[in-house]
Amino acid sequence: MAQAQSAVATESLPYNDVIPGAVVGRDGEALIVNREKLLELARYLRDHEGYDYLSSVTGVDNLTHPKRQGVERFEVVYHLYSTKRGGGPLVLKARAPEDDPEIPSVVSIWPGADFQEREIWDLFGVRFPGHPNLRRILLWEGFNGHPMRKDWKEAYYEEEHKPYSSRWPYGHYPREEYKYPWQEERAVYKDNLVFPKGFDPDRWQAPEVEYRLGQDIYRELEKLKTDRIIVNIGPQHPSTHGVFRMVVALEGETILGLEPEVGYLHRNHEKIGERNTYLMNIPYTDRLDYINSMSNNLGYVLAVEKLMGKVEVPERAKYLRIIMAELTRVLNHMFAIGFLLNDLGAFFTPALYALEERELILDLFEAASGSRMMCNYMRPGGVAYDVSEEWVAQAKKLVFERLPRAVDELDYYLTENEILLARTKGVGYLSPEDAIAYSTSGPVLRGSGVPYDIRKVEPYCIYDRFDFDIVTEDGGDVYARYMVRIREARESLKILRQALKDLPGGPVIGKKKYTFRIPPGEAYQRIEAPKGELGFYLVSDGTANPYRYHVRSPSFINLTALGPMCVGHKVADSVGILGSIDIVLGEVDR
Amino acid sequence: MVGKGILRGLTTTARHLLETYLDDVKKIPSRYAYDRHFIKQPLEEKGIFTIQYPEERRVLPERFRYVPMLLYDADTGEDRCTACGICAKVCPTQCIWIVREEDKTGKPLPRSQEFYIDISICMGCGFCAEFCPFDSIKMNHDYEIAVYNRYPDLVLSKDDLVVPTTYYAQLYPEAWAAEERAREEERKRKAAREKALAAKRAAKAKAAAKKKDEQKDAGK
Amino acid sequence: MADEYLEVPPELSRNVFLTTLDTVYNWSRRSSLWPMMFGLACCAIEMIAVAASRYDLARFGMEVMRPSPRQADVMIVSGTVTKKMVPQIVRLYNQMPQPRYVVAMGACATGGGPFKEGYNVVSGVDKFIPVDVYIPGCPPTPEALLYGMMRLQEKIKRQSVKTVPWYRKERDDIPVPVLGPDILDLRRKEEIKKISAQLADSEKYLERLETKTTQKA
Repeated sequence: MAQAQSAVATESLPYNDVIPGAVVGRDGEALIVNREKLLELARYLRDHEGYDYLSSVTGVDNLTHPKRQGVERFEVVYHLYSTKRGGGPLVLKARAPEDDPEIPSVVSIWPGADFQEREIWDLFGVRFPGHPNLRRILLWEGFNGHPMRKDWKEAYYEEEHKPYSSRWPYGHYPREEYKYPWQEERAVYKDNLVFPKGFDPDRWQAPEVEYRLGQDIYRELEKLKTDRIIVNIGPQHPSTHGVFRMVVALEGETILGLEPEVGYLHRNHEKIGERNTYLMNIPYTDRLDYINSMSNNLGYVLAVEKLMGKVEVPERAKYLRIIMAELTRVLNHMFAIGFLLNDLGAFFTPALYALEERELILDLFEAASGSRMMCNYMRPGGVAYDVSEEWVAQAKKLVFERLPRAVDELDYYLTENEILLARTKGVGYLSPEDAIAYSTSGPVLRGSGVPYDIRKVEPYCIYDRFDFDIVTEDGGDVYARYMVRIREARESLKILRQALKDLPGGPVIGKKKYTFRIPPGEAYQRIEAPKGELGFYLVSDGTANPYRYHVRSPSFINLTALGPMCVGHKVADSVGILGSIDIVLGEVDR
Repeated sequence: MVGKGILRGLTTTARHLLETYLDDVKKIPSRYAYDRHFIKQPLEEKGIFTIQYPEERRVLPERFRYVPMLLYDADTGEDRCTACGICAKVCPTQCIWIVREEDKTGKPLPRSQEFYIDISICMGCGFCAEFCPFDSIKMNHDYEIAVYNRYPDLVLSKDDLVVPTTYYAQLYPEAWAAEERAREEERKRKAAREKALAAKRAAKAKAAAKKKDEQKDAGK
Repeated sequence: MADEYLEVPPELSRNVFLTTLDTVYNWSRRSSLWPMMFGLACCAIEMIAVAASRYDLARFGMEVMRPSPRQADVMIVSGTVTKKMVPQIVRLYNQMPQPRYVVAMGACATGGGPFKEGYNVVSGVDKFIPVDVYIPGCPPTPEALLYGMMRLQEKIKRQSVKTVPWYRKERDDIPVPVLGPDILDLRRKEEIKKISAQLADSEKYLERLETKTTQKA
């Protein structure tokens, strides 16, 4: 953009009357912010405009975008919401050139940006001056390069976009002389390895890793003459719900500081997603939060539909989407409660009861979509398959009779249990202000008494047709989150009863297509997934593949609050607090 | 009262325990009979929830998908696949490899020469079956495919993949019936169209002949 | 007892007699295989489903899922093996007492699966530790996992005290890989050094890849 032009245009841009020169332009709905004035503007927006909830921070590399030639290479996109007003986002973009990739950190204003800025540093190599703990999060210190940059190539790199031309019509796979599978055979190191040129393994030294631990909050404990020790929980530990590591600083048994260490399941979802076509990404989203594949599908498909503009979804498909998403929520909440109890020491019995109901719900998913867990059911413009009369009858039987009974039984069985109360009440307190500041979402946010449910504040699909309530609990502790889950499962059953009763007939999808006409642009679509706010950020450059594909995963960002919640508690409670956040590592690490 | 919650919990577990015993006693001759049978779990299931795999098996729904298979016509023995490559194009993991058959001049023929699926990469999404325009690639229900060696045992070639259409009809009775109906209609429509075309052509030929005759007459 | 449809491995065909000792030894080992409670990704949820009431792994004597590798016989690698996780997996494998078995569950553990092309994904756990049974599927249904475990039992059934490796002196522990600029398998150190030295000379890293892809058979 030319200097003179922008000088004229800035007068009409918002917020420039308050902070002169803060906003330098527009890009669609987004405001382009001068990075020097970013902090000032952010503070103003939080304090005076009510934008207290930072939903997503993500990076974009503009290197090969055909419409963005000539603009600075790196772009950081902020999506802001207001928890009090509700409604749509305010999108900010800050840009940085290639030779000076630095953008001031907003952690001091919205602490929820902590992990997300670390992720951008890790994958894009954009530095955030002012960040208290800027080190790699998904990969390890010393990794070769920043892989989400468009010019970073993997060892198995073939072409910029799928489908690859080597598969058809001359797709010779195994040849006589091949010792390894095809991909390995043609990689330089005969494996998925990229080393810098001239790398010498003998001279390699791993960089030092510093953990930000040990806030001195319990001074009186020093009188007890206990030793301060660092304990590593995970990555192989039965209560970390997968491959997750907590580095805990302890004074005796009291936690002084806790830092989550993630990335043990970083599967490069976004890099692969940018190579896929829009259709191909649907089954990949199943593997994000692998307990609730249906709601992941829904979020992604809605994002694609938003990008496509006006898409007609048949009435029956709209209802089926709601039914699937809410069945998933019931499933997830029962599963989460079962495994929370597992973590608290009630080994496996509550989880077994929850799993029994889960199997019956999965039977429904399998009959509708073909797979128990990886459903791959939604498509832009509808759902993949219709369900039979028999299926509806079975679902009704399950929703009207069996599941309410199961939820009630779980409630009767656990809620008043004295041991559960002793382990959960007052443990892991998160105040409403902190819950918003740390950008937590879902049951964690509502367990702190903030009535924020995207199904109500920014309705998507047809949630505005159903009668249900936002569940909140004021406790802010593990018990409150547990109660939110039980009550939310009941609300979901309420929605399900209405949806199954009104399920109309008709088609479920128009013509099935495997390529979509997507205009250039960008879209951010968030839904209320069972774990919290699941957002998909897509940038299209008009081709068949997304230019940028980012997942704002609830588990990952809820983890930001784990450290502050655990400080001051006993080490055994950290496991329960983690269980109450209900993370899934596929979504945390992507 | 302290202890009430724990007592509640204990009664619940005790009830579940009792139910399993009652259920076990009720079903005793059939449950442990060693003839393989397929069961569908009722939604009122209480007590023992277990399916005694491998003696008992769950009834798989028709849409169940595991890994792909290729169909050949049971009557004629011909592959349905025409090597159009759509499955390879929509495959998200790009695990399908097709070599199209060509004649001596290099002109492509509607047949595949080689067909590989690397099922150590396949994610079982079912897109290939969903978008195949010739109903040639479908998802198999056979999940008992564990092996001792990975490469090349898990790279399925055409010989490993092909199954007759009768097998498919057995696995997917509803879809098979629907497809047969569609094919029958298509055939009818085609026949009707051809008939109409033939009639048209005949009429045209007749008209032309008439014209010729007329011309001949005029020439005379 | 013998299986008709399974091939007899070469080490067994030499020993014509399956001694009574072998029979008892193998029966007792395969009837109480304790898996390690070790979930990596999506497949772990199906592994939990197998341990739960509908599929009930206890029927095979495998109900005791041990979080500690010291008490486990079989490691079910259930999910995507990432480069960041591989050192821990190898360490856990080394800590398991012999005889130890590894089951690669699902496409990811078998060969990288749908995420194979990713920069942080190991193309199959067998690049680092020996695998006994591969179960393809994404994820394998609980029945498929049970079938895989039965295949493992069959494999154990055919082992003989004479030929099993764990009574020899030397342990076959695997050097724990190092997280360098990329995952560094210490067994391949020299090879990697050689290749990267060659690359530094040629400056043709990507070009070499290009020529290889366009080659036709």
